[in-house]
Amino acid sequence: MRLYLKFLSIHFRSAMTYRASFFLSCLGQVLITTNVFLSVVFLMERFDSIGGYTLPQLSLCYAVILAGTSLAECFARGLDAFGRILSQAQFDRLMLRPRPLLFQVLCQDMKPAMFARVLQAAVMLMWAIGSGAVAWTPQKALVLTLMILCGAGVFFGVFLINACVTFFTLEHIEALNIFMDGPREYGKYPFGIYGKPVLLILTFLVPLALVQHWPLQFLFGRGPGWYGLLPLAALLFLIPCGLLWRVGVRHYRSTGS
Amino acid sequence: MRQYWSFFKMRLMAGLQYRSAALAGMSTQFVWGGMEILLYRAFWLEHPERFPMGMEALSSYIWLQQAFLTLFALWNWEHDILESVKTGAVSYELLRPTDIYSMWMARSVANRLARAALRMVPVLVVSSLLPSPWGLRLPASPAAFGVFLLSAVLMVLVVCAYSLLVYALTFYLTDPNGLMVLSVACADLLGGAIVPLPFLPDGLRQFAQLTPFGSMQNVPLRLFTEDIPLSQAPAVMGLQVFWIVTLITAGYLLTQKGLRRAVILGG
Repeated sequence: MRLYLKFLSIHFRSAMTYRASFFLSCLGQVLITTNVFLSVVFLMERFDSIGGYTLPQLSLCYAVILAGTSLAECFARGLDAFGRILSQAQFDRLMLRPRPLLFQVLCQDMKPAMFARVLQAAVMLMWAIGSGAVAWTPQKALVLTLMILCGAGVFFGVFLINACVTFFTLEHIEALNIFMDGPREYGKYPFGIYGKPVLLILTFLVPLALVQHWPLQFLFGRGPGWYGLLPLAALLFLIPCGLLWRVGVRHYRSTGS
Repeated sequence: MRQYWSFFKMRLMAGLQYRSAALAGMSTQFVWGGMEILLYRAFWLEHPERFPMGMEALSSYIWLQQAFLTLFALWNWEHDILESVKTGAVSYELLRPTDIYSMWMARSVANRLARAALRMVPVLVVSSLLPSPWGLRLPASPAAFGVFLLSAVLMVLVVCAYSLLVYALTFYLTDPNGLMVLSVACADLLGGAIVPLPFLPDGLRQFAQLTPFGSMQNVPLRLFTEDIPLSQAPAVMGLQVFWIVTLITAGYLLTQKGLRRAVILGG
């Protein structure tokens, strides 16, 4: 853990060396997600509600997804660039060191600019919590925390799969963006809005609905209490991801030189 | 003129080389378009009376948007040009007996056409096979299709002229990133990328239509879906021409002045 913090501070300091450029990329990240949220605001202004959700409820919904994906992106950025680590044979070097492999990959690259989005998500959460979208109880607060943390976990799993694929293809597959960048865009509404097929895919295949749609039903008083525990079930997704990583590492043959 | 034409053909052929990347990108295009339509479908089923345009028109709008994404997306910058201005490699270009602004323009247009040519066909074919009102439908009148094509040409010129203005400003700024980030955000908001302009609240909508961003994808896509009636076509296309002339003049003058000012270091 201490080693990890050390790496974090290195990446942070290296980003801060080019201060103006760091703040600009922060601004860029925040503007993109602000625009996504503005689209919700504009549509709500015209239609007032969708599927029984109001604007404060939708902002809670988006804040949860935004917090989950940005947290995962801050720390799992190394997985995003994994194709490069493999093709430049840096992976061989990592294998020689006496630390867990995955841990080292995560330390290779981090994205401090993403903290700006975490901050943005925190502000949105504060506002949504205070806006009376939910009648808060201690259990509900706990469920909200679970949603964010497990959400980050599921996104981490998706990034891990994206990295594992490169063991076999050497190149990242653009189609996986659907589950990496897509939710940050389409998570602005509870996934149930998009209809049954989408909801089923996101419940059983990539369990993003388990950290967003289903527990939200509980928070908004539309579903039974056990919906609130579903974020924990979403963590089961990490098991196949972890297995894939193991298979990948075993499959790995150095690019050599 | 012939030199720009051959330069244009060269870029087009180079762009067409990356077929597999384009194919990979298309799968995401289908999902984005599909999700967008599912979303508006929910709104349409619940409040059809508050819809500012027909569902069929909106579906056509969304599919065309996906098909022509690389044609008008402002984030499709020419990084080679930006680099050459930043590093000073632009001095080599000055040795050529061609006007640099026109060459940049030919290059931008060619690259955009090449990227779009590959991506659009499958999206257009598949989306026109979808059942009504979720698929792409041709406009009822051939005249609407004609003005769509014409304003699409104008759109490409507006987008490229805007990009070139940003490249020209790079002569004066040490880091064009801030300008680029802001431009992309404004274009997304005011150009009809995050929500089509008819869905914007009053006031903001009228303002957006007058900005250069409102003369980009907004005009041809809405002429195609006949959301902007034919009778208004001369007005909106006139505005497009106005922005083309303004942006090209500003970009051209800034480039000339920037080049005169530039001191090339090293030997």
